[in-house]
Amino acid sequence: MNWNWLNRNTDQILSWLLAHLWLAALPTLLGLLLALPLGALAFRYRWSYATLITLAGLLYTIPSLALFVVLPGILGTRILNPLNVVVALTLYTVALLVRVVADALDSVPPLVRQSATAMGYRPIRSLITVQLPLAIPVIGAGLRVAAVSNVSLVSVAALLGVPQLGQLFLVGFQLNFYTPIVAGIVLCLLVAAVFDTIILVAVRIATPWTRAVSHR
Amino acid sequence: MTGAWTWLTTGANWSGSSGVPARLLEHLWYTFLALAIALVIALPIGAAIGHTGRLTGLVSGLANALRALPTLGLLILLALWGLGTFKGDIALLGPAIAVLAILAIPPILSNTYAGIAAVDPATRDAAEGMGMTGREVLTKVELPVALPLIMSGIRSAFLQVVATATIAAVVSLGGFGRYVIDGNSQQNYAMMVAGAILVAVLAIVGDRILALIGHFVISPGLTGRKVRARATTSDLVVAIEQEGGSAVLEPANRAGGDR
Repeated sequence: MNWNWLNRNTDQILSWLLAHLWLAALPTLLGLLLALPLGALAFRYRWSYATLITLAGLLYTIPSLALFVVLPGILGTRILNPLNVVVALTLYTVALLVRVVADALDSVPPLVRQSATAMGYRPIRSLITVQLPLAIPVIGAGLRVAAVSNVSLVSVAALLGVPQLGQLFLVGFQLNFYTPIVAGIVLCLLVAAVFDTIILVAVRIATPWTRAVSHR
Repeated sequence: MTGAWTWLTTGANWSGSSGVPARLLEHLWYTFLALAIALVIALPIGAAIGHTGRLTGLVSGLANALRALPTLGLLILLALWGLGTFKGDIALLGPAIAVLAILAIPPILSNTYAGIAAVDPATRDAAEGMGMTGREVLTKVELPVALPLIMSGIRSAFLQVVATATIAAVVSLGGFGRYVIDGNSQQNYAMMVAGAILVAVLAIVGDRILALIGHFVISPGLTGRKVRARATTSDLVVAIEQEGGSAVLEPANRAGGDR
C-alpha cells in the first residue's frame, strides 16, 4: 500500500465515498418503500402474486451494466446522470423485496391473524399493525441482502463514468497500481458492513418482543 | 433506442471477429468455463458440508462476505496481477475466468449444502434402514432431493457470471461487454444499447433454458404436487440469509417450504 498516494488523494476519495454512500442507500430505501405496498398486494391477491413474482424474476435477471446503459434511453436522461444508477438499483431492490415481503406476510401464523380479526381489526389495520411488525425479521433479512449487493453494484457504474468508489478501480487499472484498487475494495466492504449493521440494529429496535420471550 | 435497432439490423455487425455471433460464442465460452470450474469445486464441498453438517457457519459467512465484495474491483485486481505475472492470452483470460468462477461458487455451494441439510431426517433414516451406505444415501437420496435448490443455485451463478463477463470487457476480454465498453469510449450510444440488449436477452434466455433443464432432471416426486406446509418466519430468515438473490428466482424451491 502506498500511503502517500492515499494521503494526497484523500479529498477525492472522500467525495467518491460520499457519492457511493448515497447512491447505494437511496435505492435501498426507495426500493423498500415501493416493495411494501407491492408485497402486500401480492400477499392479498393470489393473481397478482404470480404476475409480480414473474416480473421481479425477469427484472432481476437483467445484468446491471445492461440496465445502466438502457435506462438513459428510456428515461431521457444523460448516460452520466446518477439518476440512472438510482433507478436501476431501486428496480433491483424492489424485485428482490416484493417476494420477500409477500412471503413474510404469509409466514405470520393464521391464528395470529384470526385473533386480530376477533378483536375487531379490519384487514388493512390488521395488516399494518399486526402482520407487518411480525414480518419485520424476514423483511430485514431481505433488506440486508439488497443493501449489500447494492453497494457492490454501484461500483459497476464507474465503467460509464459515474463518480463513486468504483473510479478507484479504474484509476488503479490505468496507472497499473494496486493501492487505489485495494483502497476501493476495503471501502466498499466497509460501507456494506455499515449498512448491514444499521439494518440489523434497526430490526432489533423494531422488534422488542423477540427478546422478551425465549425463542419458540 | 432506434439507433440500437438500426445497429442490430445492420448485416455488417453480424459478421467477422467482432460480429454478434463471434461475441456470443466468446461470452458463452467464458460462462461455460467459469461455471464448469465452479461446479467441480462447489458441488463436492457443498455435498460434504451438507452431509456431515460441519462448517455450515463458515460457508454462509463466506457467501455473505463475497456478496459484498465489489466484482469490478476484484476483476481489475486479479487482471493487474495476471498481466504482471503471465505472458500471452492466459495473462488476461486466466484471472478473468478465475474471478467469474469465484463469483459462481457461493450460490452453488450454499444451495447445495442448504438443499442437503434440508432433507427430511425421516427420509435419510429410511434410506439407512434399507441398508444404504453413507455414500449411497448421499448420491441416491440426498443429492436428488436437494436438486431443485442446487439447480436454482446454478441459475443464480449463471446470471452472476453472464453479468460479470460483460464487465470483464474492461480488462480487454471479448464477449458482449465489448460493445458496451467500446461504445462508451467511442461515444457510440447505439452500439452500447445494442450490447446491453444482447446481454439481457442472453441472460433471460439462458436462465429459461436452465429452468427447462431443471424441469427434466428433477424427480417428478419433488416438483410439488403435494400440499406444502406454510414456511414459518424463522425458516424464511434462514432461507434468505443462505440463498440471497436466488431466493427470488425459484418460487417452489424455498428451503423449509416443504416438509
